[in-house]
This record gives sequence, C-alpha cells and structure tokens, in this order.
Amino acid sequence: MATSTQTREGGSAPLSRSAFRRSRGDGPFRYASTGAGILLLVIMAAIAVFLIARAIPALQANTASFLTELTWNANASEPKFGIGALAFGTVISSFLALIIATPIAIGVALFISHYAPRRLASFLGYVIDLLAAVPSVVYGLWGIIFLVPFMRGPSQFLNDYLGWIPIFGGDQVVGRSMLVGSLVLAIMILPIIAAISREVFLQAPKMQEEAALALGATRWEMIRMAVLPFGRPGVISAAMLGLGRAMGETIAVALIFPATFTISFEILSANGNSIAANIANGFGEANDIGRGALIASGLVLFIITLLVNMAARWVISRRKEYARVAA
Amino acid sequence: MSAVTPEIQRISGMRRFKDKGVQALVYLAFAIAVVPLISVLWMVIANGLARFDMEFLTHSMRNIGARDAGGGAYHAIIGTLEQVALASLISVPIGLLTAVYLVEYGANGRLKRYISFFVDIMTGVPSVVAGLFILAFWILILGMPFSGFAGAMALSILMLPTVVRAAEEMLLLVPNDLREASYALGVSKWRTIVKVVLPTAFTGIVTGVMLAVARVAGETAPLLLTVFFTDSINNDPFNGPQMGLPLYVFDQAARPNDTAIDRAWAAALTLIIIIMLLNLAARLITYWRSPARKR
Repeated sequence: MATSTQTREGGSAPLSRSAFRRSRGDGPFRYASTGAGILLLVIMAAIAVFLIARAIPALQANTASFLTELTWNANASEPKFGIGALAFGTVISSFLALIIATPIAIGVALFISHYAPRRLASFLGYVIDLLAAVPSVVYGLWGIIFLVPFMRGPSQFLNDYLGWIPIFGGDQVVGRSMLVGSLVLAIMILPIIAAISREVFLQAPKMQEEAALALGATRWEMIRMAVLPFGRPGVISAAMLGLGRAMGETIAVALIFPATFTISFEILSANGNSIAANIANGFGEANDIGRGALIASGLVLFIITLLVNMAARWVISRRKEYARVAA
Repeated sequence: MSAVTPEIQRISGMRRFKDKGVQALVYLAFAIAVVPLISVLWMVIANGLARFDMEFLTHSMRNIGARDAGGGAYHAIIGTLEQVALASLISVPIGLLTAVYLVEYGANGRLKRYISFFVDIMTGVPSVVAGLFILAFWILILGMPFSGFAGAMALSILMLPTVVRAAEEMLLLVPNDLREASYALGVSKWRTIVKVVLPTAFTGIVTGVMLAVARVAGETAPLLLTVFFTDSINNDPFNGPQMGLPLYVFDQAARPNDTAIDRAWAAALTLIIIIMLLNLAARLITYWRSPARKR
C-alpha cells in the first residue's frame, strides 16, 4: 500500500499503557479486541488440527507409502496414494516460476523506484498491481486458450536447438507443459515480488544515493553501490513470499498442467502437476477416503508454505530498517 | 601527460555503456511485465463481449445442455455477491478489533508479537488450504451441507490478514494528539477509540476492506471445496450448493465446446469488471478523502 513507507505517529504511546484509570465499558471492549486477536491465533491452530484430524483416517487406509508412492488412486477399494510426484511438481514448477519472475520483478521495482518519472511512478506501480488483481481462474482461461497454443512454437524451438540441455529434452513437445504452467505462475507472483522490492528500494538511504551521485557515479553505479546492497535481504524475502504464493496457486495450474504423476525434469514434455492442482481436479469425484487423502496432501502444502513464509518473514524482520515494509 | 585525458574518456565510455545498458534492461523488464496484463485484458474484453448480453446477466444454466448455446451467469453473480458480502461481515469486525488490539491495547507484549507474526503468516496461507480447512471442519466433521456460507467462511480466512494490516496501518496514522486531547477531556479509552480514532481512520479502513474484497472475489479454489457447483439459482447462501463467478469460469473453461468457452470469457469479463470497480472505488476514496497525507 502507498502508506507503508510513511513514518508513523500513532501507536502505543506511553499513555495507552495504563496511565489512567479504567472506566466503565473499557473492560468489555478491551476483552473483545483481545479476543479477536486470540481468535486469529486459534484459527491458524485450527487449520492444522482439523486437517490432521481428517487426514489420519485416509492415511491409515492407504496401502502404499504416502511419502514415496507416485500414483494417486485414493478412491479405489484399496487406496494407494502418495505425495511424491505432486510435491516434486509443486516445488519444481514454483522454482521455475521464481527464476523467471524474480529478475523481471527486480527490473520493474528499479524502474518504478529509480528510473520512471516521479509523477508517473505511482501510476505505473498501480498498473503492475493490476496484474495481481486479475483472478487466478482468468489466468487459467487465458493460459489454456492463448498461451498453450502460443507457446507451441517456442517450445519446439527450445527442444530442437537446446534439446541437449536435459530440461529442454524429451521426445514429444506438448502445449500443456510444466513450462507454460510455470510461466503463468511467474506472471502471478511477479506483482508481489515487484511491490515488496519497490518498497525496499524506496527506503534505501537517500544520503548514500546522493553521495554516490555527487562523487560522479552513474545511475547504475549508484544503484549497485547504494540501493542493491541495502535491498538484498528485502528482495530475497520478497522472492520467498512469491515462492510461497506460487506453491499454493491452484486454479490456473489446475487448468494448464497435464496432471500426470511422473517425476521428470523435462519441462517441455507432458509432465507437471502440483498438490494444489490435484486437489482442484480430484475433489469432484473423490469419495470419503479420497477427500481425506486430498486433505492430507493439503496439509503437506500448508506445512511447506508455512515454512517458506516463516523463513521469508524471518529474513525481513532481522533488518530494523525494513520495519513494516512487507505489510 | 597528454595521454591522461583520452584514457579517462575511454573508461567513462564503458561506464556510460553499462549505465545505458542497465537502463535499457530495466525499461525492458517493465515492458515485459505489462505485456501479459495487456494480453489478458484484451482477450477477456474481446472474447467476453460475444456473450456479454442481457440473457447472460439474467439467466442461469438450468436446463442448458453441455453443447447448447445460451444460458447465463445470473446464479453465479448472485452467489459471488452473497458470498463476498458474508465474508466481509465475518472478517471486518474480527479484523478491525484485532487491529485495535494491536495498535491500542497490545503495548508490545508477547501476545501482540505473536498475533502480529501470525497475521503475516496468514497472508501466505494458500487459498486451497483455507478451503480444505472449512471442508474438513464445517462440512466433514460438523456434517453441514455445501453452502455459500461455508464458502464465505473460507474467503473470510483469506480476507482477515489483509483487513487487519490495512486497519492497523490506518490506526497508526491517527495522530497521538487526537487521543491525548480526548483523554485530557476525561473521555475513557474505549470511547476515545470508538468516537475519535476509528472515525479518523474510517476512509482508509474502507479502502483497505474494499481491496481485500476485490482480492477474494476472484478466488476459486476455496469455493470449489465448500460451495460446490450448481446450475440453478440458489438465493439462500445458508442452504445447498451455490455458484460463484470464478467457479463458473472454471466449470465452463474445462468443457471442450466453443459455446462453453464463450460463456467462460463472458463470466471472466463480468468478474473483472466487478473487481476493477471495487479497486477503482477504493482508489477514488483514498484520492478524495486522504487526510492530509503527503507522498
């Protein structure tokens, strides 16, 4: 938000501690607001507890190992399902999206914070934020109708000429590949990485920037010496938040991924699936055990994204200068 | 001595080249980022207009066969509006009170730090996990039916952290002088919050809430797991499956025939119009009513 770079005036001043006598009505209001805050913690705990509660019966009925099995036959009379291929697809497609999105997002953030005319900057920032306002399902629709046919040519080109690199290898190039899914994910996580990086770059110490320019540095040298070192932890944290977002992204990849259960690095072939996509695609026909199995996979997704997000927040909270950037 | 000047110029030429090169890359990055936005919006508008008519806005999909033309998204529009309104009704009071706690009562205690941390973590909860939680808790364990209300609960989990952060930002912007003036007049703390702090921050909070609403209005995955599908109009969000615009797009996009794809585009257009209106309204409110904020 536009306000996050401003200095704060309000907040818990010494007065708000207990400088004056409590009056009637203050108690209930205080308890209500404390209760709301605690409710938030309870919800987070409840998510874990109820997912575990529903996952356990399905995991007990599973006749294969949940961690290593590659197939997903949770609705069969002898349920066999495992997270292996799905977790692999989730991680690989998200990292691929991150590799595509991060350099562009840093460029966008630098453009808005240090290159664009100041009058236009906030408007251009808003344009990038609009990317985040487009719903996931619309990206999915755009992906299958436009991007999948559009990427056939470039994918074939990559396979023909760079096929000796393992990830571009494979005998058959398909439209609904992991690469196209990751491209859509990259578009979807670009705005969040760009927004946080922008805020961090804007907070780079003005004195150092001006000092660098005064000593005769070019704009790029100033950015390299004063802005990027300051912003590095913030950008890392932004990228990790983007990674968490990409992992949890559901509907767009549910429409695009071919939903296979393979472990392969060939991003142009018919590989690609993710935990979230499997939940969206499999829920309609799932029976009781099947739903439990999907919930178990959701629990794994919840834990992975929780760890990624916590790591990102930890990186950002170590730097006092970044206080409140990521809000 | 005479060789010094050209040497400096040579280096400076290299430096200028690097500087311009990076500048070109940065401009290029921005251009690349805008291309998908333009492409998506263009395709949604161009393809969506084909079926964006009165029939689409006023009819449901009841008795429309898989290959038939016609039909509409009335049931989905009703569903989306009801679900989003209910989600706001749940998350705004809780979010606002939480923000009040963080700003006014928390006083840097341990509980405040925990809540603040978990608000951040909550923004990262994948939408599909929020849907699974409501599915497990409300539908599978409590045995409630699929309903718009269940979807609204899932959406409210996604809205909560955004509302808390937006409200917290705004409450922090309220000058302490106002609070102290109120205390000096002998007004109690809770009355100060309700009568002085919240009204001062009101427009900012409204903006934040509208942005949060715009964000969850396009969520599909939690609805898929909690609202399920229906082709008929269901005005009662507390009973039986409903539809939502994002779900409608997902449902139609997965069908292989052109009439369904046309409906999907038209629904995507409707959804984007609703979201953009919410965004625009939010921006206009901040623009008109910004309380002496400098940028």
